[in-house]
Parts: sequence; C-alpha cells; structure tokens
Amino acid sequence: MTSEAQPAKGTVRVLQLYPRDMNIYGDWGNALVLQQRIKWHGYTPELLEYNVGDEFPGDIDIIVGGGGQDSGQLVIQDDLQARADHLRALADDGAPMLVICGLYQLFGKFFKTSAGPVIPGIGILDVETHGTDERLIGNVTLKSPEFGDVLGYENHSGQTTLGPGVEPLGTVTKGAGNNSKDGHEGARYRNVVASYLHGSLLPKNPAIADFLIRTAVERKYGTFVPGTPDDDYARLAREHAARRPR
Amino acid sequence: MFSFSVPLGKLVRTLSRLRGGGSAFPGLVVEKIDPGFMQRTLSSLPHGVAVVSGTNGKTTTTKMVVELLESQGLKVFTNRTGSNFTRGVAASLLGDVDWRGRLDADVAILELDEAHAVHFVNKVPPRFSLLLNVLRDQLDRFGEIDKTARLLEHIALKTTDTVVLNREDPRVARIANVLNVPGAVHNPSVRYFGLDESLRSTFPNDDDMRTATTGPSSPNTPAPGTAGEVSDGPAADVVLRRVGAQDADFEFDGETVTTGMKLRGVYNIFNAAAALSLARAILGTGAVDTPKLVKALGDVAPAFGRGESLTVDGQPLELVLVKNPSGFRLGLKSFPAGGYATMIAINDNYADGRDMSWLWDVDFESLREDGVEVLTGVRAYDMALRLQYDEVRFGTVETDITAALHAFIDGSRGKPKRIFCTYTAMLAIRRELAKITIVEVVS
Repeated sequence: MTSEAQPAKGTVRVLQLYPRDMNIYGDWGNALVLQQRIKWHGYTPELLEYNVGDEFPGDIDIIVGGGGQDSGQLVIQDDLQARADHLRALADDGAPMLVICGLYQLFGKFFKTSAGPVIPGIGILDVETHGTDERLIGNVTLKSPEFGDVLGYENHSGQTTLGPGVEPLGTVTKGAGNNSKDGHEGARYRNVVASYLHGSLLPKNPAIADFLIRTAVERKYGTFVPGTPDDDYARLAREHAARRPR
Repeated sequence: MFSFSVPLGKLVRTLSRLRGGGSAFPGLVVEKIDPGFMQRTLSSLPHGVAVVSGTNGKTTTTKMVVELLESQGLKVFTNRTGSNFTRGVAASLLGDVDWRGRLDADVAILELDEAHAVHFVNKVPPRFSLLLNVLRDQLDRFGEIDKTARLLEHIALKTTDTVVLNREDPRVARIANVLNVPGAVHNPSVRYFGLDESLRSTFPNDDDMRTATTGPSSPNTPAPGTAGEVSDGPAADVVLRRVGAQDADFEFDGETVTTGMKLRGVYNIFNAAAALSLARAILGTGAVDTPKLVKALGDVAPAFGRGESLTVDGQPLELVLVKNPSGFRLGLKSFPAGGYATMIAINDNYADGRDMSWLWDVDFESLREDGVEVLTGVRAYDMALRLQYDEVRFGTVETDITAALHAFIDGSRGKPKRIFCTYTAMLAIRRELAKITIVEVVS
C-alpha cells in the first residue's frame, strides 16, 4: 500500500454512471480502484455519481459504468438517450471511459432483448447485442494486445457482435466473451474500454485502471507522472484466479 | 395402501448409510419406482406442508419454525441440512415413515432452495409458504436476481392457504401483486413480517447498496385490503421492533413482547419474526400458548455455522457464514470487531458461488481499527486485494485452510475469535475444529 503523503499533482474527477440502476456484480470495485489508484499515483480523486434525473456534472475526467439487470436498462434508457450527444462528444474527444456489461450493451447501437423489445443504444460503440436464452457464465481470461492477460468473470445472456468501427479488447483463452462464436471479448474505441468482465475488472487488472488514469491526466494536464502502487496482491490474486476452472 | 416402494426405499437407505453414501440416493430410488410417494405421504398430514425459501436464512428459519410448532405440541417432519431439494426430501421421508409408508407427523416444514422449490411445489402444492428474501447470491446459478424473484413467485402461486412475505424486501413484497388476480388457481391469503422503521437502515437492499440515497425500502404497491402502517407498506402480522444485546421486541396481535434471544445477528432475529408469522399461520385460530411460543423463540440456537459459538482454548470462537454482499455487510454490522481476533475464509467452489465480484460490494472499513489476523481459502488473495483497497491491515495470507486455522488459533491465544467464512470454507473449518473442540454434529 502506498500511503506516504505526496504533494498532490492535481485532481481527477471520476463519474459513476447510473450506480442506482446499473451496479451489480461488484461494479463499485471499479470506481473504488480508480479512486485509490489516483491517490496512489499522487493525484486527488473526486468521485461523483450520476443517476436518472440528476444534473450532469461538468469537468469529468473518467466515466465508469456498470452492469444491470434488464429491468435496470429499461429504467435508464430514456435518460441515457437524452445524454447521448454529450457522452458521444466526450468519447470522440478522447475522454477515458470504462463500461461493463449492461452499459457496454447500451453504449452500442442496440440491445434486442430475448423477450422481443429493442432497447436503443447511444451508438458510441459500433456493436450490436442480441438477447439469447443461453447464459454465458464463468471465469474468463483473455489476451489483450494493450493490457496483456485480462482476468475476470462473465455472466450475461446478451451476445454482442463487433462492427468495423471498433476493435475487440482481447481474444478469449478461457470462457466465452462477447458471444459464443468468434472468441472476441469487449470492445475498444478511442479511449473507451468496454467489456463483459466484472469480477471486478479493475482490481485484478491494474493495467487497465492505470491506462484510464494516465489518459485522463494527460488529457487534462499534458503529462502523467506515475506513483508506485503496490501490486503484489493484485499479482497473486491474478495467479490464483487464472488457475480456477471456468 | 401398502406399497413395496417404501420397504425397498428404506432398505436402500439402510444400505447406503452402511456404505456411508450420500443422503439423496435412496430418494432417487423411491422417486423412480414410486413417483407418487412423496405427494401421497405428505398430503396425509393434517396441517399440510409449509415451504421455506429465499436466498438467505432458510436453515435457521426452518429450524425456528419447527421449534415454535413443537412448543405447541405439534409433531413436525422436516428436512435436515444438506438435503433441501426434492430428492433429499424424499430421502428424509424414507427415514421417518414406518414400513407401511405412514408418516407420524402433523405438519411438514421444508427448507427448499429457490430452484428446487419450483420442482417440489409442482409435485406437492404447499399449504403454506414463507418467502424470506432475494439477495444477490448465487448469481452464477440464476443469472439475475429478478429471475430468482420469479422462482419465489412461482412458489407463492402454487400455495393453497397462506403466503408469508418479507415486507421489507421489495422483490418479495411485490409477489403479493400477482396473487389473487382473476383466474388464479389458488387464492392464498397474504401476510407479512416486517421491521420497525428504526431498524430498516440496517437492512439495505441490494439495489440501494451503492448509492448515496441508501434508505428504507418498502414495497411499491401495498397489498389490497390491509390497514395500518400504510405510510410505509402494508400492515405486518409480526414486526421486529427492537434488537438488544441479548433480547428483542416483537409486535403481534397489537402487543409488544420482549424475549431473550440466543440467536445473534440482526438478520437472524429478523428471520425469527418470519418464523413466528409462519408458525402463527399454521397454528391458525386454534388455542395458541403464546408464552410458550415466545419462550421457544428465545431458546432457538443458531443452526450449523450460522453464528455458532464454539470454545477453543477457553475462548469463544464464532463462525459467521457469509454468502453474499448483504449477508457479509450484516455480519460485519452484527458482530462488531472490537476485542476479537478475526479470520476470513473465502472459497469459490460451486456451493459457495464461483463469482468473487461480490466482495467488492462489501464495505470492510469497520475492520480497519483492529485489522484481520488471517486470510484463507482458495480466494484468499482476492480477499487480501479487497482489504488493501479498503485500507484494512491484515496478517497471514494462507490459502490452505487447515494451516491457516492453526496459525490463527496459535496467533490469537487469550482472545475471543471470529471467522467469517463461505459455505465450503465453513465445512472445512468445522471439520478441523472437531479435532480440537466439541462441534455439534448435524446429520
């Protein structure tokens, strides 16, 4: 743990999107990891929440959004549409974002649920999702060109396919990923990282957390001066997780 | 009616016990050769069958209902720990029926896991059901909690006499809305168990877990035809009004009674209100010896691993089973860390749930002051990582539970001890503790 006081190098504002309705499977862990690592890198974190009906805060450096049940997606869909232009402008401008599971689906073009109705997405990601009766559940490992081995746990019945406007986050070595066919997991567009992996994603994958933080700081202050977080336990937790069966 | 299936089933049961085999196999045999066995046997009971289901607290609550009814002189058939599925019920029945297939009992109280309960109620519609809660447990089995809620709804729809619901769990309370609609097969009456407003903040529901507006949860739509307490939901049959260090206040029939409690933990005591409500429904309007009922409630000891207290080195050692974020949060709240040495044991085997994400939805700040001595289990390092991010100090990290337990006992001599553990970790710890202290055997 890096606890020695360092001179603050500036603030980093992290916004959690819809934690009230889209926060399941430990999504809070991603926000907590960003908050602590920002601190361990010597910057000052500010953690904010945005829920349906709130005023959208300004000066946001990182956006993080989680999974939810189908019912949660229905609750937020109109509000998300009303924010679509703003979120798209931020993404196009290079703001780092992490969207998991339900919000991954809704950052795409649409989610056609298995019951029939189509929930429109906001189209930041060139992906589409179809609900199925097959549930993809279990431990996952993937190889990512940017982040190395990525570990997590998946639990989804929506299956996502990537269009030409995005790259996958990685190639699955254990588990299913975006769908049960093509071996891709997640999506990457500019500085947006989208994934079905909870587990939570960031605690055991600090490389992705640090990518989001570095990008945010460079975008805001020009240069990023990293600290030295102690990642021994993250490494050990990764080693043990990698040995667990699907 | 004499049937060969019962003697045969009992024979298989005796043989498989001699072999030390599994408890459910004889149930499978009797189900195969005599599919009507269970339904026939249970439907002969004068008070019928009551099913207890929900994510958390089934075992302790079932035990409470049994003891409450026994206090009123009823003979109760129940399924023991580890056999809470249809085949296990059939196997338990085989042990209790006579050779002619007759069950000497007035009522059956059955603990059934949500998914298995659906199969069971399709075969044997219960007269009563008690639906405790829908928590974010076992998502790796059921997918989402809304799905779990639908499983409970199915149990309610099959219930013929009375459904007892948790007023404070919105997904459970809402089940009232699908009952007694035109065209329904059964028209069970609905009753609730509830919490005093002052206690609601200690039971955040999963939806509120990580928002700024954590507050009381109440059902969106009160059941029709109920009076009183309308400001925060329908009136409840039994309300838990207060939880003290050694006692609790329950309100029913317009009066508040205070009783000492052997059970520890607010959630266990809330389930006592649930058990009381179900027992009252089963006893009906007949003569109830209320003082005996209340005394029985106070005398209930925790079930297997649910806040059990053992003695090691002349010091208490408490086992607290934690299976999901709400349960762990309540465990931390109900058993304050001060003065205790703490160990946490996290496994990710099938019976524990394979998904570790839930650890990130538990707030461990209450452990900061005293720290944690030992972390163990298959996922000990996930737990270490979690505590690192919550800035909680910890000592040994040892994935081997036996070694960790001995390190914990050696390192905390003279101190009371507490172990938070997932299900299979608890089994391993109990096995090891049985070598050094007396641990109650649950068959």
